[in-house]
Amino acid sequence: MSGPHAHGQEAPEVYGLMAEFDDPDRLVEVTRGAYERGFRQMEAYTPFPVEGLDHALGYFRNKVPRTTFLGAVAGGLSGFLLQCWSAIYYYPHDIAGKPLYSWPAFIPITFETTVLGGAFAAVFGMLYFNGLPKLYHPVFNAPSFALASDDRFFLCIQSRDPLFDPEETLAFLETCGPRSVSVVPY
Amino acid sequence: MAETPHDDGRRAPLPPVLAPGHTYGSVTATISDVVLARALDWRWAVGMGIASSLLMLFGGAVANLLFRGTGIWGINTPVMWGWAIINFVWWVGIGHAGTLISAILLLLKQQWRTSINRFAEAMTLFAVACAGMFPLLHMGRPWKFWWMMPYPNTMALLPQWRSPLVWDVFAVSTYATVSALFWYVGLIPDLATLRDRAKNKYIAMAYGSLALGWRGSARHWSRYKSAYMLLAAMSTPLVVSVHTVVSFDFAVSVIPGWHATIFPPYFVAGAIFSGFAMVVTLMVPLRSWFGLKDFITDRHLDNMAKIILATGMIVGYGYAMEFFIAWYSGNPYEEFLLLNARPFGTYSNAYRMMVFCNVIIPQLLWIPAIRRNPIVLWVISIFVNIGMWLERYVIVITSLSEDFLPSSWAPYSPTIWDVATFLGTLGLFTFLLFAFIRVLPSIAIAEMRELVHEKHHEAHAAHAGHGVDAAEAREENR
Repeated sequence: MSGPHAHGQEAPEVYGLMAEFDDPDRLVEVTRGAYERGFRQMEAYTPFPVEGLDHALGYFRNKVPRTTFLGAVAGGLSGFLLQCWSAIYYYPHDIAGKPLYSWPAFIPITFETTVLGGAFAAVFGMLYFNGLPKLYHPVFNAPSFALASDDRFFLCIQSRDPLFDPEETLAFLETCGPRSVSVVPY
Repeated sequence: MAETPHDDGRRAPLPPVLAPGHTYGSVTATISDVVLARALDWRWAVGMGIASSLLMLFGGAVANLLFRGTGIWGINTPVMWGWAIINFVWWVGIGHAGTLISAILLLLKQQWRTSINRFAEAMTLFAVACAGMFPLLHMGRPWKFWWMMPYPNTMALLPQWRSPLVWDVFAVSTYATVSALFWYVGLIPDLATLRDRAKNKYIAMAYGSLALGWRGSARHWSRYKSAYMLLAAMSTPLVVSVHTVVSFDFAVSVIPGWHATIFPPYFVAGAIFSGFAMVVTLMVPLRSWFGLKDFITDRHLDNMAKIILATGMIVGYGYAMEFFIAWYSGNPYEEFLLLNARPFGTYSNAYRMMVFCNVIIPQLLWIPAIRRNPIVLWVISIFVNIGMWLERYVIVITSLSEDFLPSSWAPYSPTIWDVATFLGTLGLFTFLLFAFIRVLPSIAIAEMRELVHEKHHEAHAAHAGHGVDAAEAREENR
């Protein structure tokens, strides 16, 4: 996302228009309606995960599961190979002629490092794809946005959307039965 | 579950998981006010005072141990494990209920877990912190603890990967790390709520930094849900593996009374048993002190009592199987230890108390009225806590004290420093919990809003087509 002054003369004055709703189900309907009208650069903000809202926004490509899988595989492989390397090559211990490559004894630690790798990938992958931590964001400028973590549900149509027009988009959002619609400055 | 009787004819309908009439806003306000608005409660202050005193005792006990060594404890040949390992296993076990509630019940879509999972996870973290103290201190030279980790060093040494004690290092440290991640991820949206509700600028900045700039975007929630569910899915086998590996510390050895294949399942069940007892011990006063009875209802107590009853029966089965296998194996050492030394020998008092606390007392929970009586349930939970400590005492002490050759036997008794260290970890645990209650939301606010939403939909669906009976039937099935 380019900053307000990144393009010089073309810098938009507003980030977008934010409509505020009381009811999550209504928000999903409105979002679906906005998507059907052709809006793509928009985002909804809710105090808890609302089922179907991400799909209403046209978002389907969640990369967290595959990141987690890769992290788990990497964790498991490194755990197992570390044990093999150290027990067979780096520090071999001949105890009563027992095999050095005693893989069943390596399984518990392999399991633990698999889970550890997967958990790190899930959490840090989620944060990375979400672009967090990011303490400042224009949407925080919207009035009453503090209630997005309480009991209000918001839809923001961003000014970078090709269909965005300050008047028409405002008029469209007003028809959706919001509590209020406000301009979000940068 | 077959162990629990059905309330025939539904004489008393089950209490709801969430008191009626709550909205997103009321849930948010009630829970966050405990942190942001509530004045200092004298009961909290007294509890914190006691906890801090015990924490100082812990500091003293640890300082003495570092100066003088593990000889200040009652451990000596042949009982080299003593209270340190008893306490370690007890604390780790307590932690397991937190993960069970937060992960396994989440995957099973149990709505009643929602209001207790945050607190139970915090309990897990703090219990694991207390547990971790004991192996560290028991090493004798705790300042060299990193020798247990694989790292390139000038001694060219690496851990012995075939040893259950090394597995334990990995299991417990992974468990602590993953539990902390799971807990923190769950906290992020609630930290944002506290950020947005805090009146004081600096408090808002503190919560805001911890919330990482969470703004509740739908795409963020989508990834968040994936990560949360995946953490739950990974924590589920993880929690089973942790106490399994702890039981390997015993079962992989050839000591009579330890070398048993029943140990892993029996330890895991015991861990959940003691953990739920600890959750009840903490929840009953908490919900009344902080006005949270709308969220932690009698239904929660009822359900937790049922789990205590079920896992207690598995533990009882474990005790019975130990007897049976000792007799069936024909091994004279096993027979002596299980059939003679434990029930009738030097430590028979501990053994009998253990059976009384863990097998007999929980049978009271068959009675629905007792399951829903907070005070009686609280007393039973204390019995279970004590009983599960005694179980680890019996396992560690009897087997080591009287193993194979009578000439190498020696009795065991703890010293005042064993007691001080143990009481000290109780102080550490309580201190952390009390601090947690005042600083972070002890109920997951975002998940409670989701529950309000679900309840709203259920009521709506029932109203629209299926009638009131359908909603009730669904409610009963939870």
